[in-house]
Amino acid sequence: MARIIGGIGTSHIPSLGPIIDRGLTQTPEWKPFFDGYAPVQRWLAERRPDLAIVIYNDHGLDFFLDKMPTFAVGAAAEYPPGDEGWGIRPVPTAIGDPDFSWHAIESLVDDEFDITICQELRVDHGFLVPMNLLWQSDWPVRVMPVSINVIQHPVPTPLRCYKLGQALRRAVESYDADIDVVIVGTGGMSHQLHGERAGYLSRAFDTQFLDLLESDPGRLTELSRSAYIDGAGAEAVELIMWLTMRGALEPFVRRVHRFYQMPVSLTAAGLVVFENMAESRR
Amino acid sequence: MSRYKASTPGTYVYDGEIARRGFGLNKFAYSLADHGAREAFLADEPAYLDRFDLTLEQRNAVLRRDWLALVQLGGNIYYIFKLTALGSPMKMSELGAAQVGLPHDEFVRRNTVRGENPWPA
Repeated sequence: MARIIGGIGTSHIPSLGPIIDRGLTQTPEWKPFFDGYAPVQRWLAERRPDLAIVIYNDHGLDFFLDKMPTFAVGAAAEYPPGDEGWGIRPVPTAIGDPDFSWHAIESLVDDEFDITICQELRVDHGFLVPMNLLWQSDWPVRVMPVSINVIQHPVPTPLRCYKLGQALRRAVESYDADIDVVIVGTGGMSHQLHGERAGYLSRAFDTQFLDLLESDPGRLTELSRSAYIDGAGAEAVELIMWLTMRGALEPFVRRVHRFYQMPVSLTAAGLVVFENMAESRR
Repeated sequence: MSRYKASTPGTYVYDGEIARRGFGLNKFAYSLADHGAREAFLADEPAYLDRFDLTLEQRNAVLRRDWLALVQLGGNIYYIFKLTALGSPMKMSELGAAQVGLPHDEFVRRNTVRGENPWPA
């Protein structure tokens, strides 16, 4: 049977794309940030998951405001990068796993998650930057992107996103193949990009979020969307995607790594790696 | 009145009311995710804007690159951001500074200091 070996939460800051593409990751300005990812890169190299479920949001690449799916699940054989306005980045085309995706889609819908099924899906920095940060330039893992609407309100509630994670775990654990799966929640952490409040950050919010995500995620599902917006900045509502990742894990997890830097571009950047306890004992 | 409003000033939660107001503006901005469209827009901005359903205010805000006005007139930041890629691209922090009305360096310094905001009570 398939199993989830662990989960990763990571920011997906767009300005990191050009830094990576221009080979600037080891400059004095950027080295401390990229060094923060070395432990997760090592963990992935050791654990070598077969498949990554990547929870991200489309930022106006393949979804426009004419039709905005709340939850969209990839069912494609590949997920090419798209043009967000700056041209197409020189990154690999992510390889999908349609057999797994269709199983997961059936499982989710049977579980009463009425998702949008995507047989073609172009991916933007929300997906690509985490892939770069975790697997660098070579991506030895199949993927299933799951896009959550965090752009057009009403966005789904934190609790609903957590429950989606629980449903994704049931989908993985009912898949009849011996594969290891890692689940990645992306976005955040505190930031606001728009309006007179642009530039808002909160180290205290982020610290508390990271603590509770590990030890008591139920508390984070009880926070309202407005509380995320007020406490961490309007665009930090992306953190609900980290709750999807956490929902897919066991109640008690072992923390493998945690890293935080504030600010990176206009955003506070966070990284956590959790392992399911059963995996830690293997 | 939306149920998702933030209580913090300077925040425009992208709810249905704003989305309706900004639809044409965002449709224009979304169109720029294509090299040929970007060239056509830069070649003749007013003519390119004629293809979209923008109010006069929105049209002027685009032509003046008045970033705060674009947000206030219904622009969604992720779509408006595509406008910053034209010519010599702006950083996200430059877009932030322009909306707040501060020099870039001062804006970045201020954010770092102010980043010590509390957990919501």
